[in-house]
Amino acid sequence: MKLTPSAEQEQFAAAIHAMLTEADIPAVARKWTAGDPAAGQALWRRLAELGVTGLAVPARWGGLAAHPADLVVACEELGHHALPGPAAESIAALPMLLTTLGDDALCETWLPRLATGEVIGTLAVPPHVPYATDADVVSLVLRADEQTLRLGVPGPRRRSVDGTRRLVEVADGALLATGPAVGPAVAHALDAGALACAAQLLGAGHALLETTLRYAGQRTQFGHPIGQFQAVKHQLADVAIGLEFARPLLYAAAVALADHPPTAARDVSAAKVACTDAAQRAARTALQVHGAIGYARESGLDSWLTRIWALARTWGTQSWHRDRIRTALATGALT
Amino acid sequence: MSPVGTMNLELDHETRAFRAEVRSWLATNVPTTPLPPVDTPEGDRAHRAWERRLAAAGLSVVSWPSTYGGRDVSPLQWLIFEEEYHRARAPVRINQNGLFLLAPTLFTHGTAEQRARLLPRMARADDVWAQAWSEPEAGSDLAGIRSRAVRTDGGWLLSGQKTWSTRAAQADHAFGLFRTGADRHRGLTYLMFDLRAAGVTVRPIQQVGGAAGFAEIFLDQVFVPDADVLGEVDQGWSVAMSTAGHERGLSLRSPGRFTAAAERLVRLWCRAGAHADPALSDRVVAGWIAARAYQLHSYGTATRETADPMPEPPPSPGRADRPAQAGSTALRDSGHAASMTKVFWSELDVALHEVALDLLGPYAETGGPRPDSAGRAGDAGGADAWLDGYLFSLAGPIYAGTNEIQRTVIAERVLGLPRDRR
Ligand SMILES: Cc1cc2nc3c(=O)[nH]c(=O)nc-3n(C[C@H](O)[C@H](O)[C@H](O)COP(=O)(O)OP(=O)(O)OC[C@H]3O[C@@H](n4cnc5c(N)ncnc54)[C@H](O)[C@@H]3O)c2cc1C
Repeated sequence: MKLTPSAEQEQFAAAIHAMLTEADIPAVARKWTAGDPAAGQALWRRLAELGVTGLAVPARWGGLAAHPADLVVACEELGHHALPGPAAESIAALPMLLTTLGDDALCETWLPRLATGEVIGTLAVPPHVPYATDADVVSLVLRADEQTLRLGVPGPRRRSVDGTRRLVEVADGALLATGPAVGPAVAHALDAGALACAAQLLGAGHALLETTLRYAGQRTQFGHPIGQFQAVKHQLADVAIGLEFARPLLYAAAVALADHPPTAARDVSAAKVACTDAAQRAARTALQVHGAIGYARESGLDSWLTRIWALARTWGTQSWHRDRIRTALATGALT
Repeated sequence: MSPVGTMNLELDHETRAFRAEVRSWLATNVPTTPLPPVDTPEGDRAHRAWERRLAAAGLSVVSWPSTYGGRDVSPLQWLIFEEEYHRARAPVRINQNGLFLLAPTLFTHGTAEQRARLLPRMARADDVWAQAWSEPEAGSDLAGIRSRAVRTDGGWLLSGQKTWSTRAAQADHAFGLFRTGADRHRGLTYLMFDLRAAGVTVRPIQQVGGAAGFAEIFLDQVFVPDADVLGEVDQGWSVAMSTAGHERGLSLRSPGRFTAAAERLVRLWCRAGAHADPALSDRVVAGWIAARAYQLHSYGTATRETADPMPEPPPSPGRADRPAQAGSTALRDSGHAASMTKVFWSELDVALHEVALDLLGPYAETGGPRPDSAGRAGDAGGADAWLDGYLFSLAGPIYAGTNEIQRTVIAERVLGLPRDRR
């Protein structure tokens, strides 16, 4: 039994963190939002050099065939830095979908290019993921349901509260796969996407906690740093508790995704529910403790706030995930 | 006479007739497509025009005395007006800072000349007002204000910086507190100033969600005549605190806003078929109960025959409240009880919107309708309204005195617990 990151995983996280800290993410995000993805794509290529984009790709197709726990570690960093781009889709869901489907021709066409970062991909899985995020700025767009996998044809774009999320309606394109293998592959992709989403939520929540702790130490009212007031302390303590106890569920979900026991869906859902709740609490508290300045865009808080509000309800709503847990528990999956 | 009173929830004939009149006027006059956002130039024009129509129909300030354009309606009728207004999804009140914050202060502390000069224009939105209290270093600690007013011939010169002033970028005038003396609380004066005057620079600030909803105001030797001092010089703190009660209490965010939101939420829930998720259903029910509780609580306040059980705090030294003979009948929570109201409505608002977004699921972030609800968004609110409403609701626990500050006020001033160490 081991449920904490290894030394290698910590180094891996530190390398991603260092690279993203150096990059000017707010500037990259502004360009991405404005439809100029070049800087963002360059950053994704740097992530590929670190191995991030090939984590879920089998060695046979040029990837690292890493454990899903590595994926969690990486996605947490991406959330921590509010990196623009379809991370849950390109790094987790798409590779898992294609790998599980096992169609060699499809794998050979896309997996090596996803791994090297040459291609960023996205995917709609209605009704859970009704739009293909960033479909107009990436080069692989798929659309999946329980029976079929198709290329997606990008249509009109919808706004998201998170400006970097370019939500694109996709129409059915060429049929890529159909038949009994598609359902399980899509289910696996949904779990992978949910896990990657949960990890980003946890990372974003931590970023907000850190930023807010810093601010609470600096901002003075009534002659004291606001962090000295008990009402502020208690709220931040509750944020920390929420994040702390969401993380083990996240790691357990990664283990479940690797070993796929019958309880895998339950465990992925528990992670998504807990990380979403913890991140949403972090968002509310960060805004509250910052006061009006957090509500002003120039504070930069909104890049995490809006990411959390968006990711909280995609790759399965809280209702859907809770329902999966209820179903599992009702059929005796208690341990 | 029976010693046992009877309670009932029935409205008298006159109040029912008033509700019917308001409802029917709104039904024919509320624009069918929403006006452009209030903080855009088109939106500004459209919202001012809407206020003029309301005023022409005698519905812009129903609780004010008729001398100033009102109708002298009872406190209960004012609550009913608000219910109908929000239920009809009528446009946001562009002049709410004037109507709900400054006007009550003018009724209590203003001179007859100020009331006659300012109120009728305010009622028609000829003058739109902004509140200029906060400063970069004076948020919760409002008495830390540094902007000053310096005596000059016939008036005052204002200098300094105000911030987070809602709608200041489009408003005509502002009201605020300025330092006129050294004493933290008794060295502040309440002044009204022209936002277009020489020496005023306004810089809009973008909010979460992108709207330029508030602004910074830079003041450099801005002249204000003596006639625009509200209350006594150096007594601005107690004047301001009477406005704060209105901001926290019923007048700025009346129950009608929340009962209407709860009704839309219930419709959204019925339509989304969310009966299946017990956790969501419970939150819908909890939101409905809380909105109803606020409504009933306000009915109680409006129709109370006996003294309020929540007494006014003892007046602070030097408090210069004048009797409110010229007052409007608008409801006012007594004293610090307004802090309880403020925490209640602001938490309720966030909760209602959070459930709505959860019901909308992955469509919530788009601010667009669910594909399965095309054409029926009106009675349940479209996702755009819920998303914008959510962002707006998140500011509620911050403005009008943060909820942390309010909880301390409740504990110390209402419940009488010992004062916190500061
Ligand atoms: C959308 C919006 C609109 C606004 N409109 C206006 C306007 O029109 N006019 C205007 O003048 N102002 C306006 N404000 C500003 C508002 O009044 C201030 O945000 C508010 O007073 C809090 O001040 P602050 O933002 O500086 O936060 P701070 O006072 O810095 O507080 C930061 C955090 O510390 C906490 N804190 C501070 N002191 C204590 C304490 N003693 N005990 C416990 N906790 C404490 C606060 O509760 C908060 O969580 C607006 C704000 C918002 C968000």
